[in-house]
Amino acid sequence: MAGLNKSDMKNPVINWIDTRMPVFTLMQREYGTFPTPKNFNYFWNFGALAMIALMIMIATGIFLAMNYVPNTGLAFDSVQRIMRDVNYGWLLRYVHQNGASMFFIVVYIHIFRGLYYGSYKYPRELLWIIGVLLLLIMMATAFMGYVLPWGQMSYWGATVITNLFSAIPLVGESIVTWLWGGFSVDNPTLNRFFSLHYLLPFVLVGVVFLHIAALHITGSNNPLGIDVKGPQDTVPFHPYYTIKDSVGTCVFLLIFAILVFFFPNFLGDPNNFLPANPLQTPADIVPEWYFLPFYAILRSVPDKLGGVVMMFGSIAVLFVLPWLDTSPVRSARFRPIYRQLIFLLVISVIALGFVGAHKPEGIWVVIGRVATTYYFLHFLVILPILGKLERPRPLPESISRPVIGPGGSGGGPLPGRAPAKPMEKP
Amino acid sequence: MRLARFALLGALVGALAAGPALAQEAEAPTPPAQKWSFSGLFGTFDLAAAQRGFQVYESVCSNCHSMRLLHYRDLAGIGLTPEQIKAVASHNTVPLGLNDQGEPITGPALPSSPFRSPFPNEKAARAANNGALPPDQSLMVNSLPGGPDFVYAVLTGYKEPPPGFNLQSGMNYNEYFPGHQIAMPQPLQADQVEYADGTKATIEQEAHDVVTFLTWAANPEMVQRKQIGVRVVLFLVLMTGLTYVVKRKVWSDVH
Repeated sequence: MAGLNKSDMKNPVINWIDTRMPVFTLMQREYGTFPTPKNFNYFWNFGALAMIALMIMIATGIFLAMNYVPNTGLAFDSVQRIMRDVNYGWLLRYVHQNGASMFFIVVYIHIFRGLYYGSYKYPRELLWIIGVLLLLIMMATAFMGYVLPWGQMSYWGATVITNLFSAIPLVGESIVTWLWGGFSVDNPTLNRFFSLHYLLPFVLVGVVFLHIAALHITGSNNPLGIDVKGPQDTVPFHPYYTIKDSVGTCVFLLIFAILVFFFPNFLGDPNNFLPANPLQTPADIVPEWYFLPFYAILRSVPDKLGGVVMMFGSIAVLFVLPWLDTSPVRSARFRPIYRQLIFLLVISVIALGFVGAHKPEGIWVVIGRVATTYYFLHFLVILPILGKLERPRPLPESISRPVIGPGGSGGGPLPGRAPAKPMEKP
Repeated sequence: MRLARFALLGALVGALAAGPALAQEAEAPTPPAQKWSFSGLFGTFDLAAAQRGFQVYESVCSNCHSMRLLHYRDLAGIGLTPEQIKAVASHNTVPLGLNDQGEPITGPALPSSPFRSPFPNEKAARAANNGALPPDQSLMVNSLPGGPDFVYAVLTGYKEPPPGFNLQSGMNYNEYFPGHQIAMPQPLQADQVEYADGTKATIEQEAHDVVTFLTWAANPEMVQRKQIGVRVVLFLVLMTGLTYVVKRKVWSDVH
């Protein structure tokens, strides 16, 4: 009987189960007593928020799928039937539709957090790579989901994006035909997109599990970017971070609710209220807002293949980021130059978002090219060199004895014996 | 640091300012904003206006435009009683499937019937309209970038073309339609309908009413949505406050 778990659970039923299958011990260890750095700021909410967004998407999606018909002749009307005749179908649909936007907002902030505080550096490289993989799967899922209502922008977005693969030399055209299951975006395409749109979120759940498994080996990074030195630097995950994540969750749900109940179509495209019409191209084909920066990169390159390579490259570069950034210091708080440049990167990406929403004419082409150039320059040239040139500020001794004040806004070093305060205290 | 933040703000403001500027490059002027019963966080549909708008749709628009996503039963949403719905439906002759001999039959619509379509299919619609297809009106207000204001502006925007304007044959001049040329002749005339409630049927009144009806038709869930939304938001505000207080208490022993 050596394999039995010695359970500490008080409840006899739980204890009985836990002895034979220690899931309760596991949860207690990973989410109860799990030692977590005590100096997180609210940026550390966004991983949990992404998880909640994923759960909301899966829950609403399952019920939508019960009423949706993946057929080119019926898809548009079946979505309208959900909106009009299914009990609270409009709620399910608007939550799902806006949930995609909320999911991307949360994930983009989560990625920014990783970039700003150097969460991709040793020993969290694999954790970061799994995260980028999650982003890719999520993008594929969102793209295919947007095709399902079979509106004008669904159809033409699908046509434009799948056609990108035709830029691949020699086999491009064959790949596109293979993706479509025919010679244009049509019923076979819609059918497989529906199938994959249902499958990929569960793949996402599996990879999220790996993401968390890797996280629980390395432990979380923290705003100071220094390693945990001992128990004095940590608090148990529960109740400290369960309650802090709950605050973030409430704010997240509040913003989400305002979007769903009062501005449900604010982020959508009016063209998608028209059924797909292969004979009529909309004046301007634009993807959803969360793809606009990548769309802008695509269109900033005058060559089709070049544009496609750059677009995919903008994500691919993130996979190797842990080796591009040569600085051993994680947190931007102690990297004066990097801290400026990371904001320049954010400006570039936001600018690219606006560029993507406009026709590639006049000033937008120039802005798009400058921003694209900076994006790649930042990762491929500046980060490798900066790590060698930059003089980081002195790092704190430990999380509980910071040498720099909690505000951290450029203040000089404080005496080492200054009382340490948790980050969020007023 | 501060410089970067300013630059970020500048980029945002610049991009936001550039958006409308670009939109103005389009030919048609921006439709003036109208006062709508349904706008705003607490806006609901003026049911009397929506019912008058349905009257305009029935006697004018429905001669060319379908509303294929609506059923007569849906009219309960603008306050029609079951008897009124039955009566309204029965005035319309619609296809009712096949009889026992397998022949297609038509008859008075039931509350469960979809709205009568003026044409059996797209080709028939185009043949009757000089090649142009009168778009379905179920979602029209949502599918046009300008929304209700734009539809109102087009309905009231018919004018004599300015001198020198090259109007193609079969087209009509409209101040607010992109390109100023629209295939639809001016649909609304003063006193075209006699409102049951005695409201004076000016073109503006008819346009206002029919846009209210069309906005309801495209967003029939809107009133319920906003009502639930107010409660959900209030609950979440309270919940956020309470959670934050608990969080402060839990963290009070961490130093």
